[in-house]
Amino acid sequence: MSLLKSRETVLGLAILLLLALIYSRFPGFVRPASLARVLTDTSPLIILALGQMAVILTKCIDLSMAANLALCGMVAGLMNMAGVPLPLILLAVIALGAALGAFNGILVWKLNIPSIVVTLGTMTIYRGIIFLLTDGRWINAHQMSAGFKAFPRTVYLGLPVMTWIMIVIVAGFAVLIYRTPLGRAFFAVGGNPHAAVYTGISVGRTQFWAFTLAGALAGLTGYLWVARYSVAYVDIAAGFELDVVAACVIGGIAIAGGAGSVAGAVMGALFLGIVKNALPVVGISPFWQMAISGTAILVAIAFNARGQGQQGRIILKKAEQRE
Amino acid sequence: MGILTKIMTTAAVATALIATSASAETKRIAIVAKALGIGFFEAAAKGANEAAAELGDVEIIYTGPTDTTAEGQIEVINSLIAQRVDAIAVSANDTDALVPTLKRAMDRGITVISWDSGVAPEGRQMHLNPSSNPLIGNTIIKLAADHLPEGGDVAVLSATTTSTNQNIWIEEMTKVLPDYPGINVVATVYGDDLADKSYRETQGLLQTYPDLKAIIAPTSVGIVAAAQAVTDAGKVGEVNVTGLGLPSEMAGHVKSGASQSFAIWNPIDLGYAATYIAYELASDKAEAAPGAEISMGRIGTVTLDDNNEGAMSDPFTYDASNIDEFSSIF
Repeated sequence: MSLLKSRETVLGLAILLLLALIYSRFPGFVRPASLARVLTDTSPLIILALGQMAVILTKCIDLSMAANLALCGMVAGLMNMAGVPLPLILLAVIALGAALGAFNGILVWKLNIPSIVVTLGTMTIYRGIIFLLTDGRWINAHQMSAGFKAFPRTVYLGLPVMTWIMIVIVAGFAVLIYRTPLGRAFFAVGGNPHAAVYTGISVGRTQFWAFTLAGALAGLTGYLWVARYSVAYVDIAAGFELDVVAACVIGGIAIAGGAGSVAGAVMGALFLGIVKNALPVVGISPFWQMAISGTAILVAIAFNARGQGQQGRIILKKAEQRE
Repeated sequence: MGILTKIMTTAAVATALIATSASAETKRIAIVAKALGIGFFEAAAKGANEAAAELGDVEIIYTGPTDTTAEGQIEVINSLIAQRVDAIAVSANDTDALVPTLKRAMDRGITVISWDSGVAPEGRQMHLNPSSNPLIGNTIIKLAADHLPEGGDVAVLSATTTSTNQNIWIEEMTKVLPDYPGINVVATVYGDDLADKSYRETQGLLQTYPDLKAIIAPTSVGIVAAAQAVTDAGKVGEVNVTGLGLPSEMAGHVKSGASQSFAIWNPIDLGYAATYIAYELASDKAEAAPGAEISMGRIGTVTLDDNNEGAMSDPFTYDASNIDEFSSIF
């Protein structure tokens, strides 16, 4: 119990140890400015990991998040080229992302198809739609308006807007997960679907909302991504869905559903983000980099597996105590 | 689509028939694109017309399928054979699928060459590559060195560790490195052709090597991401991003100053050269055989290797002076 309680502490210590290791190779990495840069770079991963967390909590998985991101990012770029003002673009990509997520959710809810199959399919469909929209053409830096590109990078109180958006989302998501009936339902549906039904929670509907939420977050990230890298094409964020799942797993979100914490998901994403950002500067041969990333994930999962059986029950008990 | 193809084929046939009756002496050279409506090939057609105007007795038939399929190209080539053109210069959608059709064309005495994207040796008389690995390797380091008269540190941002093209180009670049005294290649990093990873690797380079003067990215995703990372780091003017990219993708970064110049083939030159070579071969002024030298007009001559392949020239350099003209093309 004490070990499980300190799950986030363990992860926190692992992050500190990682930073110390990097410091010994490249001291400059730990400077505040550099750490802020890492935080900004990891923001998309954190936002997506939260969405994925909601989905995984309900015993599902969303493999279409990166494709959703890419499609919404492309639509944001196209709308910008058509002269649509930025606030409207933001609303539109969030709505579009939510709709794409809801489509996953409907299939899982109404047709009872396993989510891994549904999202594997929609992943390809969403990428395909980008191709149909653009004929495979890119949207490039000079085709985007200055304001469109500048918004996520504008520095406000020492941090770029993109980082602030991430922080606001983390806070809002924590409230949603821990303080609303829907948040409780995510845990209940994943922890024990049968018991959830007896308490009057619709499993399918809850999963539907988890997918919709994940989709909306992916849609917003789509704009942030395209604006940050100033380029949109079919393959942006290719393979990123796996990073998102990895961040959740490292963060201790039980892949079987029903257990996990917001802090865990955020720290899992941060851990992965630090590894990704540090590897280029610590002077490790690129041929080893993939092996190192993979090992870090495996070690974290090994930690996870040790306590997973009990974890589900403990977290539910936690929720019970809060009543 | 089917209707469109038919209309265009009919139009092409009609044009050809009119042309045949007009003059029997004129060499009719067909430039077959991977697909119609692609800027790159439209530009090549422009070059082909330029060559035709120079040569005088040449008529260009620019054609291609409506989408990039081998089946579409076979249809187009069959109709060109029926029109009895003198030469076919094709950028192939498939190395092998076009071979039987092109063999048939050659059997009828039509000169067949491939350019840009090649056909297997038995299906063409020669193939014109836009450039060659040694020329590209030399160009990418020269692009960096040209803006560093006093030398300095440069780094390479490649695609993946297993990308064959990039690895060969970097190898060729390393071979000619002694020709550029003062230029130190301090690192080679890999962005995996992902915008986010390339961006992070660039940030890593900027932190690790504060004196870095240039980043060479011989990959279109990498060069754009690196230019954006340099811009965001406020290092425009200090670090020059160069390498291989497309004008339409790089226009913004050339204007912002993040990239002084970069290179890629020039489609106009490519169409010009392909037409010139097709003309030389069709009028028996040259023969396509290993070791042969064939004129490409203003571009020079191409020398064929054992596979009857030749390289046109160094990649063409794009900078602030010509980026606007080409960014609308491809």
